[in-house]
Amino acid sequence: MSGMRILAAGDCALSAEFGNAISEEINGRVMAMDAAVRAAEIPGVTETVPTYRSLLVCYDPYVISFGVLSRRLRGLARKLDASAAGPKRVVEIPVCYGGKYGEDLADVARLTGLSEDEVVRLHASRDYRIYMLGFLPGFAYLGGMDKRLAVPRLATPRQAIPAGSVAIGGEQTGVYPMASPGGWRLIGMTPVKPYDPQRAGPILYHAGDFIRFRPIPEPEFQAIQKLAGRGEYQCRISISEGGR
Amino acid sequence: MTIRIIRPGLLTTIQDLGRTGFQKFGVSPSGAMDRRALSVANLLVGNAAGEAGLEMTLTGAEMEFTVPNVVAVTGGNFAPVLNGASVPLCAAFPVKAGDTLSFGAAQNGCRCYAAFAGGLNVPVVMGSKSTNLKCGIGGFEGRKLKAGDEIGFSAPAAYLPDLGRRFLDYREPKEKEATLRVVLGPQDDCFTEAGLRTFLESTYTVTNRSDRMGCALDGPKVEYRTKADIISDGIPFGAVQIPSGGKPILMLSDRQTTGGYAKIATVLSTDLPLFVQRKAGDKIHFEKISMRKAQAARRREFREMLKLQDKFL
Repeated sequence: MSGMRILAAGDCALSAEFGNAISEEINGRVMAMDAAVRAAEIPGVTETVPTYRSLLVCYDPYVISFGVLSRRLRGLARKLDASAAGPKRVVEIPVCYGGKYGEDLADVARLTGLSEDEVVRLHASRDYRIYMLGFLPGFAYLGGMDKRLAVPRLATPRQAIPAGSVAIGGEQTGVYPMASPGGWRLIGMTPVKPYDPQRAGPILYHAGDFIRFRPIPEPEFQAIQKLAGRGEYQCRISISEGGR
Repeated sequence: MTIRIIRPGLLTTIQDLGRTGFQKFGVSPSGAMDRRALSVANLLVGNAAGEAGLEMTLTGAEMEFTVPNVVAVTGGNFAPVLNGASVPLCAAFPVKAGDTLSFGAAQNGCRCYAAFAGGLNVPVVMGSKSTNLKCGIGGFEGRKLKAGDEIGFSAPAAYLPDLGRRFLDYREPKEKEATLRVVLGPQDDCFTEAGLRTFLESTYTVTNRSDRMGCALDGPKVEYRTKADIISDGIPFGAVQIPSGGKPILMLSDRQTTGGYAKIATVLSTDLPLFVQRKAGDKIHFEKISMRKAQAARRREFREMLKLQDKFL
């Protein structure tokens, strides 16, 4: 696998860049490279940050120099193939759509010319690729939303969007892992916590995973919320061969 | 076994050297802004360099101790006073139960650090004791300190061997202008030749749009080739972003982990302490150096820290 550029990012990090576009193929290479770097356990590498099209590799130059690390990474990149990132992992996020859980669902339906049921059906009918996590702990930049669901952001952003809100902004959709200001339109809410600093694995998913939304009725929302509050709810995760 | 906060100062938080390994999940690393100052304070009191201490900003705190311990103060000079008598910076000193340590406004520098032998007893969240203000995690209840807070010591030491030897020369960072060395990249190719020259040859002023996330600079606009936006990627400590307005923003401890502005250069890790001690109105210049020299500087500093560790541990 070629086409990797290594760019300086100061004396303690570098950026391995695989292209200049948002595409599954380029992001797949980033994820494969991330997996390869972690598996190689290169002494001095302290942390990696996979993003849309590049991998930030943080390292300690007392242990390994920019030159030596670059050579190691080029060696890994030559041997990469798409399966290095492992099987496709889909994390199922239960969502109660509309009503008090998704105040803007009616507006989204009106703006898209669809019925509320159609919006829900379309939104929950896909596996969304997590291109990267950023902005907030556990905030997933998802790709692949049905274009028919695209709606403009709110003219005036909300001061506080509650944690767990599922929203659409432009051609993007996402879940707010913690309360935050924001201008996306709220269509539903998940009772699970994508981010919980006290949990052993504080973030539910990794970059490179997929998210699937499962519509649930209000009683199930409340039941899951109780379990999640006690740390007893496990999201369903399906794993299929065939790569990311 | 505590420090009782009498007066918290403007922004006093508990910080260590940051939260490593969670940027991939979108969690800012946080940690001390002046990592060298915190490390030195810790080494002076016999701690590992990465133990948590207090970071004070512009105005210092006042605190009372309920048990004896050994303390060291580094970074900006906030005129520290123990029971009314001034104490030197960069030197370990003992405190007794009932003693009061207080700090004033910054005489020089912007951030002052206090480390305590044995460290602070606060929960480790995602591998770090650092306060992340935006997420409300780490440190003391995930927030800045306020009057009445009681912070526990982990293992206070009434006595440390060779207390009289636990000091370093303190150099007042007097100069109002600082030169920050940078390595160009990762997106220096987004800028014109003229833009790069502007960046490297101009004087920039630290503005008051400055916090633990980042610091906006004022000065000549850096010219783009085409546009300011890139496809979001990771942001290292000290990255210099140029948003569409053309004026640099330095990305610091509580920075977002990813961002969509082109990054023209990254300040050397060894020069960041110089920058984070600047106040609004101070002037800075950027100087380009090679990766080889940048990493040599980093290694030199690391060796100096090892020497201090040998000396004081």
